[in-house]
Amino acid sequence: MTQYLLLRHREIPEISRLEVYRQHGGFEAFRKAVTGMTPDQVTEVVKASGLRGRGGAGFPTGLKWSFMDRKNWPHYVVANADESEPGTFKDREIMEGNPFQFLEGVAIASYAVGANRAYIYLRGEYQHIARWLDEKIAEMEAAGLLGERLFGTDYSLRMYTHLGAGAYICGEETALLESLEGKRGQPRVRPPFPPSFGLYGKPTVVNNVETLANVPLIVQNGAEWYRSMGTADAPGVKIFSLSGRVKRPGNYELPFGVTFRQLIYEYGGGILDDRPIKAIMPAGASSSLLRADDRLLDTPLDYASLRPFGGDLGSASVIVIDDTVSIDWVIQKTIRFFKHESCGKCTPCREGTYWMKHLIDRIRTNGKEEKQVQLLLDVARQMQGKCLCALGEFSTMAVVSGIERFGEDFR
Amino acid sequence: MSKMVTLSIDGIQVTVPEGTLIVDAARQAGIDIPVFCYHPKMEPVGMCRMCLVEIGRPMIDRNTGQPILDENGQPKLQFLGKLETACTNTVSDGMVVLTQSEKARAGQKATVEFLLTSHPLDCPICDKGGECPLQDLTMAYGPTQSRFLYEDKIHLAKHVPLGELIYLDRERCILCARCIRFQSEIAGDAVLTFDERGRSSQIITSSEPPFDSVFSGNTTDICPVGALTTADFRFGARPWELKAAASICSQCPVGCNIVYNTRREARSDGRIVIKRVLPRQNEEVNELWICDKGRFAYHYTESPSRLAAPRLAGGPASWDQALEKAAQALRTWQKKAILASGRLSNEDLYALKRFAEALNVPAYLYTSMGGGEWVRRYGLRAGSDLGHLGAGDTILVIGSDLYEEAPIWYLRVKQAAERGATLILSNPRFTRLERFAHYAVRYAYGDESEVIGRLNADAKIAQALREARNLVIFFGSEGMGLEQTEALAAACAQLLTETGHAERVDNGLVGVWPRANDQGAWEMGFEPVSDLQALFEELDVLYLVAADPLGDGVVRLNGRKPFLIVQDILETETVRQADVVLAACAYTEREGTFTSGERRVQRYFPAVPHWGECKPDFAITAMLAEAFGLRLEAHSAARAFQELAASVETFKGLDYAALSEVRAQWPPTGREDYPFSGTAQPNTQGMGKTLAAVTEAPSARPQPKVPREAERLRPEEGTLLLVPITRLFDAGSLVSPSALLHKRIGARRVILNPASGLEQGAQVLLEWEGHQVEVTVELDENVPAGVGLVPRSMGIPLQQPARGHLHTPERVR
Repeated sequence: MTQYLLLRHREIPEISRLEVYRQHGGFEAFRKAVTGMTPDQVTEVVKASGLRGRGGAGFPTGLKWSFMDRKNWPHYVVANADESEPGTFKDREIMEGNPFQFLEGVAIASYAVGANRAYIYLRGEYQHIARWLDEKIAEMEAAGLLGERLFGTDYSLRMYTHLGAGAYICGEETALLESLEGKRGQPRVRPPFPPSFGLYGKPTVVNNVETLANVPLIVQNGAEWYRSMGTADAPGVKIFSLSGRVKRPGNYELPFGVTFRQLIYEYGGGILDDRPIKAIMPAGASSSLLRADDRLLDTPLDYASLRPFGGDLGSASVIVIDDTVSIDWVIQKTIRFFKHESCGKCTPCREGTYWMKHLIDRIRTNGKEEKQVQLLLDVARQMQGKCLCALGEFSTMAVVSGIERFGEDFR
Repeated sequence: MSKMVTLSIDGIQVTVPEGTLIVDAARQAGIDIPVFCYHPKMEPVGMCRMCLVEIGRPMIDRNTGQPILDENGQPKLQFLGKLETACTNTVSDGMVVLTQSEKARAGQKATVEFLLTSHPLDCPICDKGGECPLQDLTMAYGPTQSRFLYEDKIHLAKHVPLGELIYLDRERCILCARCIRFQSEIAGDAVLTFDERGRSSQIITSSEPPFDSVFSGNTTDICPVGALTTADFRFGARPWELKAAASICSQCPVGCNIVYNTRREARSDGRIVIKRVLPRQNEEVNELWICDKGRFAYHYTESPSRLAAPRLAGGPASWDQALEKAAQALRTWQKKAILASGRLSNEDLYALKRFAEALNVPAYLYTSMGGGEWVRRYGLRAGSDLGHLGAGDTILVIGSDLYEEAPIWYLRVKQAAERGATLILSNPRFTRLERFAHYAVRYAYGDESEVIGRLNADAKIAQALREARNLVIFFGSEGMGLEQTEALAAACAQLLTETGHAERVDNGLVGVWPRANDQGAWEMGFEPVSDLQALFEELDVLYLVAADPLGDGVVRLNGRKPFLIVQDILETETVRQADVVLAACAYTEREGTFTSGERRVQRYFPAVPHWGECKPDFAITAMLAEAFGLRLEAHSAARAFQELAASVETFKGLDYAALSEVRAQWPPTGREDYPFSGTAQPNTQGMGKTLAAVTEAPSARPQPKVPREAERLRPEEGTLLLVPITRLFDAGSLVSPSALLHKRIGARRVILNPASGLEQGAQVLLEWEGHQVEVTVELDENVPAGVGLVPRSMGIPLQQPARGHLHTPERVR
C-alpha cells in the first residue's frame, strides 16, 4: 500500500483541519450526493460497492439503508463509535486523525436515508474525541456543511455527539439506542431491527465509524473503483487492529485478502522474542480461539474465509498469542471481562458469565480438575444459542473453542 | 376483525388472530409454555429465556410468493439453528412450534438451572412457597440436581423495604422486571427500576416517597418468586393453609372483585381471621388488579372498636331489649327518619327503604355528593364494559381525581386512552390521569356548572364529544358539596342527551361516589339531605345505619338531640351518643350485593364468622320491622335479594344465580396459571350483572338545577377558598384501623399553593363558618392560589366549599 484511504492523516497530517480536508477533495462527495443524486441513487452506489459493516457483523451497508421503513418518519442515523471490543482501536484513530472523512460519511448516510438528525454515540472513555468532534461539527456548521438548506437544496442536517457511560453492551446497536434515549443500556429483542424500529421507535440506521468513513470515497469514486480492491466477498480495505505478542502492534489499513502471515510477520514485525505463534483471536475478546497453523496463516482474509476454521473476522481486532501464553489464562481474562460487562437482562448471560467466572477461577487456582473443566465447557455450551443478544454468545466463544482446541492447556 | 392464521403447536392445530404471540396461542390451545418474565397484560421483553421453543416457518419461494414444497408435497420448514422465545414471536400461517422437543426441553432446563444458581432455595420459609412459579416450573422443567457449587452463591439483603408496604428479598429476585414493567406500563407510575448491572442488578425504587404508587401490591401477585411480599402478609401464613372467600371490595364505587384468604389460627385465639386480600379476575371490572387501599384496609373488620353486642344508653342489653326499646321509640314519637350510607348492601338498603315506607318516614342517604337520580337514569346499562372503549370513543372526566378516588377506574380510563379513546379531563388542578389526556381543561373551583359550556365552546373538544361513537362521563366531587355535584350531574346528563349518547350501551354517566354502594342507594330511591344539622334539630327519632354524622363533624349536638337508634359495626362518636346501639356484621361476615358506580350488581360471600353477637344489617332491620307488622326477610340474603328484585324496577329479573354467572376470560387464572398470570384468583363465583335501564316516561325526568352566579364561591382576596377533595388513604373508620396505612394517611392537613408563603409542615389553625381545626400545611404547586384543599375524612368537617382563614400559631397566641 502506498496510499491510505481511511488513515489518510498518516500521509496528510493536517487533514483534521477543515481547509486541508477540503483541499484534498473533502466534502465533494457530500456535495455531489446532495446536489446531484437522489437518496436512492446514493444507496444504490453503496449497495453496488459491496461495502459491509465494519463493526463486526459484516452486514451489507447499502442493503441496511434500503430497509428503512418509508412509511414511518422521521429517520435517524446513528454512528456507532462505542468501540469497546478489547483489542479494537481503529475507530479511535479515524476519529482522532481523519475526523472529517468520518463525519462526511455520516452526512452522506443521513442524506441517503432521509435523516435530518444524526447522532454519534461514543464510549464514555472517548470524551476527548467527543469534544474534538464537537469542534469539527461546529466548523462544518460554520462552513455551511451542516444546518439548514445545504448547498442550496431543501436538505437539512444536524449532528450531535453523545457519550456513553462505560458499558461494553452499548456497542450492541439496540442497547446503544436505549442508552441514547436516556434509558439503561440494555439490548432490545430483535426483530424489529432499527431500520423499522430504532431511535425513539423511528427507523434508524446504525453504522460503525469505519464503515461510514468508507462512504465518501465510494460516492466520489464509484462502486467499480471500490470493488477493484479486496475480495469478491469483501471489497475494499479494512483496518486491522493488531495486538498481543507481536513486535509492532497497531492499526494496519490493508485490502481484504491479506493473510495473517502478512499481517503479523510483514506488517507486525513478527512475534515478540521470535517465539512460535500459537493462537489467534481475530475479533477481539469475542473471538473464537484459532490454532495458528500454516493453513490459517496463509488464508486470505475476508468475512467468509475464517468460517471453515470455526471463527469470524468480526471487527478484525487481531490478538496474537504465542507459546508463552496458556489458553486457560486467556479465557479467564475473557470470562472476567464478559462477567463484568453482562448487562443482566437475560438469564443465561447474567448467570452463565457469573458461573463461568467462578469455575475458571477455581480451575486456575485449585488445579485443572477434569470435572471442573468439563463443567465449564458444559455451562458455556448451555449458554450458546439462548442469550438475548450477541454479547452473551460472545462470552462463550473463547471458552468453548479454547477448551476444545487447546485441551492440553486444561490438563 | 383481524386475519386468522393457523399454526401447529406440538402437533395441535391452533387458529388465532394474526399478531398473537406464540405463548398466548399455545395457552389458548391448552399448552403451557413456561414463562417468568412474560405476562399476558404486558409487552413481551424476552428476558428470562424460559419460553425457548423450536419454531419452524414455511419456506417461501421469493419469486412466486408460494411455499416451497418437499417431495411429499408438504411445505418445507425452516428452523433457525437456535431456540427462539415464544413470548416475543408472533404466529404465522403454517408455522410449526415444538415446545417439548429434546432441544426445547434442554433450553428450558438450562434456563431453570441458570436461574437457580443465584437463588437461595429457601422455599421452606418463603411466603411464595406453594404458589410459586419458580418452584412449580423447577419441578416441571428443571434439573433434579444443581451443578452450581453452593459456596459460590452470592448472598444479598433479604428484607429491603421498597416503601412501607412492599418488601424485596434480593436473593430470591430473578430480575424478570415484571414489577418494573407493571409500574411503568400498567400503573403509569414508573417508580421501580434496575440499579447496577449483570449479577449485581437489583430492583430499586426511584421515587420519593419510596414506591409512590397506589397499585404497589399488584407487584407481589405477579412476582414469579417470593422476592416481593407485602408488609401485611409476609411471614403471615402458608398459601395452602388458606381458605378463599369471593368478595367485592367495599372501599370505593369501582367494585373490584377480590378474594379474602382466611385461616383459623392460634395466634388469633383460635378465631378464623383474614390473612390477605387478592384480586379476583373480572375483566369487565378490575381485570387482575386491585389498589393498595383495597388490599390493605380490611383490618377495620377486626378492629378492637368493633361492636360485639347491642346495648342501650344505660348499659348492655339483649337483642330483644334493644329492639324493643328502638321499636318503642319509633312508635312513640312523631317526627322521625332513617339515615343510611352507601356502605350497606343492596339488601340492607332495600329493607331500610321498605321499613321507611311502612313507617311513612323519609329514607335519607348519608352523602355530600349528589346526582344519583341522574346516574340512575343516564348511567351505564346492561352490556356496558369500559374495556370496550377505544379508538373513536370519548371519555370525559369532570371534577374527579380518579387516581385517588377510584384507582381502578383510573387504570381502565388510562387503558382506553392508550387504545385510542379520546380522553378529556376537566379538573381545577393537575391530577395524575392528565398525563394520558388528549384535552385538559382547567376551571376555577366554583365554576363547575360552567364547565360543560366551556367544553362545548372549544371546537375540537365539542367535536370529540359530539362525534364520539361512545361517550362515557365520569363526574366526581372535587371541591364540591351536595348542590354543586347535583348540578354537575344534571349538566353531564344533558350533554349525553344533546350529543345523542344517552340511553345507549357503553355510553352514560358514572358517579365517582364516596362509598361502595351509593349507586345501590340511588337505585333504591334514597334521597340526599341538604341540611343534616337542621334535620337533627327537628327530629324526635333518627334511625342511623352505617353513618357517623357526629364523628364526621357534619352535625354538632346543641343541647337537644333526637332519640338515636344507631346501627353500626364500630364504636363511633354517633354510637357513643346513641340511645340504642344495634351491632351489625362487617360485610366480610355475611352475604350480600353491592351496586358499583358502573351499575353492576355483584355478590360477596361470607369470609369469616360473625363478630360477637352481631347480625347482618338487613336482618336487624327485618327484626325491627316485625314489631310494626312488616314482614321482611331476616335470614337469607338470597331471599332478601329476590324481594328486592321483585319490587325495584331496575333490578327486575336478577337473582343470585344470575349474578353468579361466569363468562370465559383471558388471560387464564388459577392454580396452573400462576406462572402465566400471577396469583390473581380465578372468578368462579360470579362476575355480576349490570342493571337495566330506567324506563320512566320523559316527563318524569328531573330538571337540572344550576346554582345562581351569586351562590358560587370563588377565591377572593383576603380569604382562603376551602374546598373538600378526596384522597385515597384517609382517616375514615374503614381505613384508619389498618396500622400499616398510617404513613399513607398522613396528617390532618390543608394543601396550599407554595405562594401561600407558609412552610411545608407548618402547624396552622384553620377557621371557617364557626369551625376551628388545627392542621398541618402541605404545599403543592398544582393547587391554585387562594385555594386550600381539605382532604375528606381527615377530621376536618368541611362538607362543601366555604370561605375560611388560616392563622399561624403566633397570631393564635
